[in-house]
Amino acid sequence: MLATSPAFKENASRAMADPGLQKALARTRPQNPAKRAAAVAGLPEFEQLRDIGRDIKNHTLAHLDFYLEEWEANVLASGGHVHWCSTADDARAAVLKICQAAGARTVTKGKSMVSEELAINDHLEKHGIKPIETDLGEYILQIRNEAPSHIIGPAFHLNREDWEESFRAVHTHLPKDRVFAEKKDIQAEARTLLRDKFLAADVGITGANFLIAETGSSVIVTNEGNGDLTQTIPRVHIALATIEKIVPTLEDATSLLRLLARSATGQDFSVYTTFSTGGRRPGDLDGPEEYHVVIVDNGRSAMIGTEFQDMLRCIRCAACMNHCPVYQTVGGHAYGWVYPGPMGSVLTPTLIGVDKAGHLPNASTFCGKCESVCPVKIPLPKMMRHWREREFERHLSPATTRTNLAVWAWVARRPQLYRLATGMAARLLKLVGGSKGRIASLPFAGSWTKTRDLPAPEGETFFTRYARMQRDEA
Amino acid sequence: MSRDAIFGAIRRGLRRGALPEDQAMGLRARLIAHPRHLIPARSRVSRPEQVALFLRNLEKEFATYIRVPNTHEVPGVVADYLAAQNLPTSLVMAPHPELQNIPWVERPLLQLREGRASPDDLVSIQHCYLAVAETGTLMLPATAERPTTLNLLCDTEIVILRSTRIVGAYEEGWDLLRAEHQNSGKVGFMPRNVMLVTGPSRSADIESTLELGAHGPRRLHVVLIDDDETAL
Repeated sequence: MLATSPAFKENASRAMADPGLQKALARTRPQNPAKRAAAVAGLPEFEQLRDIGRDIKNHTLAHLDFYLEEWEANVLASGGHVHWCSTADDARAAVLKICQAAGARTVTKGKSMVSEELAINDHLEKHGIKPIETDLGEYILQIRNEAPSHIIGPAFHLNREDWEESFRAVHTHLPKDRVFAEKKDIQAEARTLLRDKFLAADVGITGANFLIAETGSSVIVTNEGNGDLTQTIPRVHIALATIEKIVPTLEDATSLLRLLARSATGQDFSVYTTFSTGGRRPGDLDGPEEYHVVIVDNGRSAMIGTEFQDMLRCIRCAACMNHCPVYQTVGGHAYGWVYPGPMGSVLTPTLIGVDKAGHLPNASTFCGKCESVCPVKIPLPKMMRHWREREFERHLSPATTRTNLAVWAWVARRPQLYRLATGMAARLLKLVGGSKGRIASLPFAGSWTKTRDLPAPEGETFFTRYARMQRDEA
Repeated sequence: MSRDAIFGAIRRGLRRGALPEDQAMGLRARLIAHPRHLIPARSRVSRPEQVALFLRNLEKEFATYIRVPNTHEVPGVVADYLAAQNLPTSLVMAPHPELQNIPWVERPLLQLREGRASPDDLVSIQHCYLAVAETGTLMLPATAERPTTLNLLCDTEIVILRSTRIVGAYEEGWDLLRAEHQNSGKVGFMPRNVMLVTGPSRSADIESTLELGAHGPRRLHVVLIDDDETAL
């Protein structure tokens, strides 16, 4: 996928002027936090489970090589195949090779963000194999040739009329006068049309929410059942997974599953949580004959031992973006690559380079909401700050930013000058604010004050006020 | 070689070589012991309360259920359910001994075919291995007697569950599976596929509004046989 992250500012402006997107955002903005809050309220142990989730992931990452070896041995013992891939190119080649060996003409796909990262669909199509997305949201995005805008609700940026328009444009063999009065009519049409695709596919590709070392299993979590049809009906199942998806045991996976659905959709548990281990066993009446795991590094191993290692704890629940004031204003596409929101702002610079994605860790108010809802307590704001520091060190930030920062730093290191300057500014702004105490427009901050007033200072700096209160108390 | 490159990079990051054998032994012991973490208190209740919790959660997740005192009642309630829902009386059933032992002949109108589901089957009857009260979740491991397609291809899935097979937390389910399920040869205890199913299929992809009936069954109906006297 071609990254448009360097154009984040332009993307964001366009997103804020997009009425369809703003309508979708207005709809989901209050909804997702409320759903999560209700689910969390229903489980008094949730906070303790967050600590446990963090500890399980930290333990695994500290022994990642060991658990990957154990997992591999158990996949092989259960008759599965493991394909190690350092890079996206390796992974694309591995998937293609399995599909070609299976003589595949069509491939059904369950939802997988790693597949987006690797651009598997383009690669298969280039080689004459037709990939068919089966998650309802991914299906419409494939029709519209768009990228997901959210890691679990890929088409949340679309409105009902967009669905109807796309379905009418593509499903031309169906009666023109059919009625899409309700959302369920759209869903029913997709269900019917995709059923034949599931049955005809030669290979099914899914992602993996977890890999389990103890059993050699891959786990997928879905609500629709499309992932299960994808991995059950075709003769060959390929699970795409990155190395950090591993956990030691079923008990470890279970504790993380208690966090995942609640954090993601506000469900206590997703409808289908499915553990796949090897191919069809003697006597089995269904299931794939071949089971392959394409296990991908693509930049993850380089994060181990760095200040970004904690990011590898991520279980892709999307709570951070559901609670992020920036994401909730500009949507997912503005971030310009596969992973949006706070988790994307940390992950994207690691995977495509801070030179291309430097805007993303700057697109944060540092309100800290993302960290406070993260089921595995990833310190997202801290890591965005690390990226800002790296960007500054590598002289990637714009000259004006650097000059302003240098001026501020020079003043801030001279306390008397700093207090004099801030004292004057506070008194001046109080005057400008007048009796209302609000400032409607400011030079150099016009676009900020265009949509809101700046509350004026009360004429006193924190230092003077603190000193005064200390005196009063004495 | 990608494999060597990945392990090399991980170990460089961890600032060590392969894990020393004494530490590896400790981790292997952890895998064998598979210690439980915190288990939520909600399922640590008496047997009757566990069953009630399971049924409450089933309904919360849009599944339906009926309780019967013994297997003799099953054909009748299945026939009644199909009639009430206006569904056909031809069914595909899991070839599981517990289902085969149900006196289906008492309802001759029910046409049962045993095997995997075909795309034309509208209603399936599945054997439930066990159920988890914590979230109203059914554990359905794939075996020769419990095909996976029965959970996926039919519009309506009817699941037969005995109340002795309701556990509190998922962890109890894993331990039962570990104790009761063996594969041939070197393969561990895990069946090829274990589905944890919580309600009928759904999607919220259109305008973030929940709609039932995505790709899997539109209806999930549990017939609970009350064979656990302590749970009544």
